[in-house]
Amino acid sequence: MSPKYEMVIGLEVHAQLSTNTKLFCGCSTKFGADVNTNVCPVCLGMPGALPVLNRDAVTMAVQAGVALNCDIQHESVFARKNYFYPDLPKGYQISQFELPVCLGGSLDIEVDGAVKRIGITRIHMEEDAGKLLHQGAMGIADSTYSLVDLNRACTPLIEIVSEPDLRSAAEARAYVETLRQILRTIGVNDGNLEEGSLRVDINISLRHVGATQFGTRCEVKNVNSFRSIDRAIASEFIRQQEVLESGGRIVQQTRNYHDDTQTTTPLRDKEDAHDYRYFPEPDLLPLLLTDERIQSIRAAMPELPHAICRRYQQGLGLTRADADILIEEIGMRRFFEACLACAQDISPKEISKWVIGDLNALLKPKGGFGPSLSLSPEYFVKLIRLISSGALSGKMAKEMLPQLIETDQDPDVLMANLGGGQISDESTLLEIVRKVISENLDVVEKVKSGKTASANFLMGQVMKQSQGKAKPDLVMSLILAEINT
Amino acid sequence: MKDLFISAIELGKRLKNRSLTCRQIVDATYQRIDAVDHQVKAFISLMTESAYIQADAVDRLLDAGQELGPLAGVPIAIKDNICTKGYRTTCSSKMLENFVAPYDATVMTKLHQNHLISIGKTNLDEFAMGSSTENSAFFTTRNPWDLERVPGGSSGGSSAAVVCGEAFLSLGSDTGGSIRQPAAFCGIVGIKPSYGRISRYGLVAFASSLDQIGPFTRTVEDAAHILNVICGPDPMDSTSAELPPVDFSTALGKDIKGLRIGVPKEMMGDKIADDVRQAIEQALDVYRSLGAIVEFVDFDMFDYAVSTYYIIAPAEASANLARFDGVRYGYRSESATNLREMYTRSRGEGFGPEVQRRILLGTYVLSSGYYDAYYLRAQKVRTLIKNGFADFFSRYDVMMTPTSPSVAFKVGDHSSDPMAMYLADIATIPANMAGLPGMSIPCGFSRDGLPVGLQILGKAYDELTVLKAGDAYQRVTNFHLKQPSMNQVAS
Ligand SMILES: [Zn+2]
Repeated sequence: MSPKYEMVIGLEVHAQLSTNTKLFCGCSTKFGADVNTNVCPVCLGMPGALPVLNRDAVTMAVQAGVALNCDIQHESVFARKNYFYPDLPKGYQISQFELPVCLGGSLDIEVDGAVKRIGITRIHMEEDAGKLLHQGAMGIADSTYSLVDLNRACTPLIEIVSEPDLRSAAEARAYVETLRQILRTIGVNDGNLEEGSLRVDINISLRHVGATQFGTRCEVKNVNSFRSIDRAIASEFIRQQEVLESGGRIVQQTRNYHDDTQTTTPLRDKEDAHDYRYFPEPDLLPLLLTDERIQSIRAAMPELPHAICRRYQQGLGLTRADADILIEEIGMRRFFEACLACAQDISPKEISKWVIGDLNALLKPKGGFGPSLSLSPEYFVKLIRLISSGALSGKMAKEMLPQLIETDQDPDVLMANLGGGQISDESTLLEIVRKVISENLDVVEKVKSGKTASANFLMGQVMKQSQGKAKPDLVMSLILAEINT
Repeated sequence: MKDLFISAIELGKRLKNRSLTCRQIVDATYQRIDAVDHQVKAFISLMTESAYIQADAVDRLLDAGQELGPLAGVPIAIKDNICTKGYRTTCSSKMLENFVAPYDATVMTKLHQNHLISIGKTNLDEFAMGSSTENSAFFTTRNPWDLERVPGGSSGGSSAAVVCGEAFLSLGSDTGGSIRQPAAFCGIVGIKPSYGRISRYGLVAFASSLDQIGPFTRTVEDAAHILNVICGPDPMDSTSAELPPVDFSTALGKDIKGLRIGVPKEMMGDKIADDVRQAIEQALDVYRSLGAIVEFVDFDMFDYAVSTYYIIAPAEASANLARFDGVRYGYRSESATNLREMYTRSRGEGFGPEVQRRILLGTYVLSSGYYDAYYLRAQKVRTLIKNGFADFFSRYDVMMTPTSPSVAFKVGDHSSDPMAMYLADIATIPANMAGLPGMSIPCGFSRDGLPVGLQILGKAYDELTVLKAGDAYQRVTNFHLKQPSMNQVAS
């Protein structure tokens, strides 16, 4: 039986911009500071304090708009959104309303190999609120008391609103994943759903398959992981379907998703919605963006994920899987790119193999490719170069790598400290090979009689006598040559 | 020290030639406050400790031969809606009765950099909403010319302090006339510069698109010099104007032959008290005698300006005052048992009736369904007013009107009738709506011996012409030298 209802989904994604300072003051946006330490008269909403717009935040909002093919507005306007809540210091949130910075874009998503274009309605800038810490309860109503932390107040956000173009949980998820990847790759957002630097509100309605009219929608909030995007949509679909099947009507409302029970409960009906009494913020001038400014932001746009993916596969010969890993792991990709820049003589594939493989495995428990990594790409490339030149065996390189990461010393020096590199000098090796052959004539006979696998035993003996430094492929050819002469 | 009533510039000269020390000046100022402020009630709080520290620093610098600006060492009073680090900033509201700002307003920093001595914080109508200081949550300031009368408002404490020798200069703020009207009522000079001339950072906002800080002085000359200190762009205020620095003292001592003065007929009609109109007519005669051209013109923006003002100002105020919620600072009701009660009771008990009235007005005009009819339409009318002035100033250099339709009224006369109080600002409001510079100078007295103010408006950022016109008048008249009787007893 084919499904009776189709879901129509539009998403509102709040992304915290990765600026160093807040949207309207000079306070740090660093996560995890002591409560109420990243604050000043402006973000505390002190009497007489005034907002001053952060230029970097504007640049990042425009970058997001460019990445999402939006029409960047030459004039946009901040407004006051008025409501009372203890985490909102001024009693209003400064947010763009009628005239946002970006309008009309699109995002291509891929589900099961098929590409679909999702419309972007708008992107607007706004400030975040602070955080409440409730004592003895989950909400303010039942708490014995609540404390206010305003470190997050006034941090810059963009809200990206999609058209109602999504038709399944898989599409919604792909949209958020693709969007997240773009925002992270261009460096405007860290993509952390759990910490709340990326927040997703889901607008969902149902209609009969084939219908052209939209049904009444509900907005689902508190969805803070990819898994809960799927689950929240599934549960809301079932709920609305049950209402419709039993002859009921959907009430337009905002609903809260609970991950523990995988259900949504009503937060407020449309009738209870705030009248936010928006009006243009008189403390800020309209945000004017000249053609020159927009052009210079366009010109300096970081490379987008799909362009990187194409370049890695077609230009560098990487596999799709490796390209995807490098795009997802931004620190790793930066290191990889830095290596490429100083390794014209080495194949990118070889570098990616080492970066994604051994280096990544070793760094994982130590904070990955983050800022704490002191390993310089030059030395890492030199290590790979020593392998390709035969001066170092792969095995030796793997042994040296932890030390290289630890000390960031010249691999030449490290190699000397370890008693020299790989022996690839033919005459030196030949001496050892002849010695081993003379000590194992019975094995030689076996090889001669066709049991070529026995040559590996001889090889092992050579490696043993050379303390593992002998160049394996050279040793093998020497052994075979000696036996066959 | 005897001469508490000389100009700030003259005081500065006497300080520089060391016939006076700054400590003596500050001593004399506080003695005068001790002597008369129980009657005048201009001050909410004094900044004695920092004033003496600043005064001693000035004396040390002058003794060491350092060159200081013309107003260094001059005592200045500060309206209590301008933030002063370490001292209370109450806005004359129970809401902020014990609020101490953790930072200085930009104007305070500029005053201190120029070695002026801030001596105390002056009374105002609560959150600058009013025209008499009767809306202060603490007390009503009295007019030194007649203690039964109001000093005007909202900056009434700042104007009264300068008149009665409690300060040589003061700062006020002007949203719809709150500097010019009290200057007129108290017979001194008050100027509201163009919007954007002076940083609003640290001025507790009433209506952000209209508010402007400005000085009260005894002479136009003093006004020019204090503007030199406090004007200028500020990176902390996005609405401050990025303009090259102006030396306002270049407006002084200039010939005004040929100055084109336009006088709106509407502001010389029956809305205006007779003795006020007569004083203005005499002032216009003085201007004619100085070679200026005076013409009466039709200019019908005044009524529109008042109506739109009472939409836009409350709308902005309703949002600006939302931060006073009892959460982080200021008054919090003791009786609240939940969040909603904390808001409603703290604000219900912390704000006075006029503030609550304007918050309600503002909330109403911004509400869904009313926004277009009120707020949006008011903004369109505001544009018309700006255009009207632009047209006017294409033909005239300055506009002159009475600053207020009447002289200072008696305490209690208007307080039961908010509409009458609102209409008292009819002459001053248009300048705020259009962002223009406006100054009130004393130009005569009523039959009761109360000062009359002449308002001079100029085109945007053309304070120079306004000052030039005012200074020329003061060089040939002596209304600004007249003192109320309480001063004669003192000297
Ligand atoms: Zn801050």
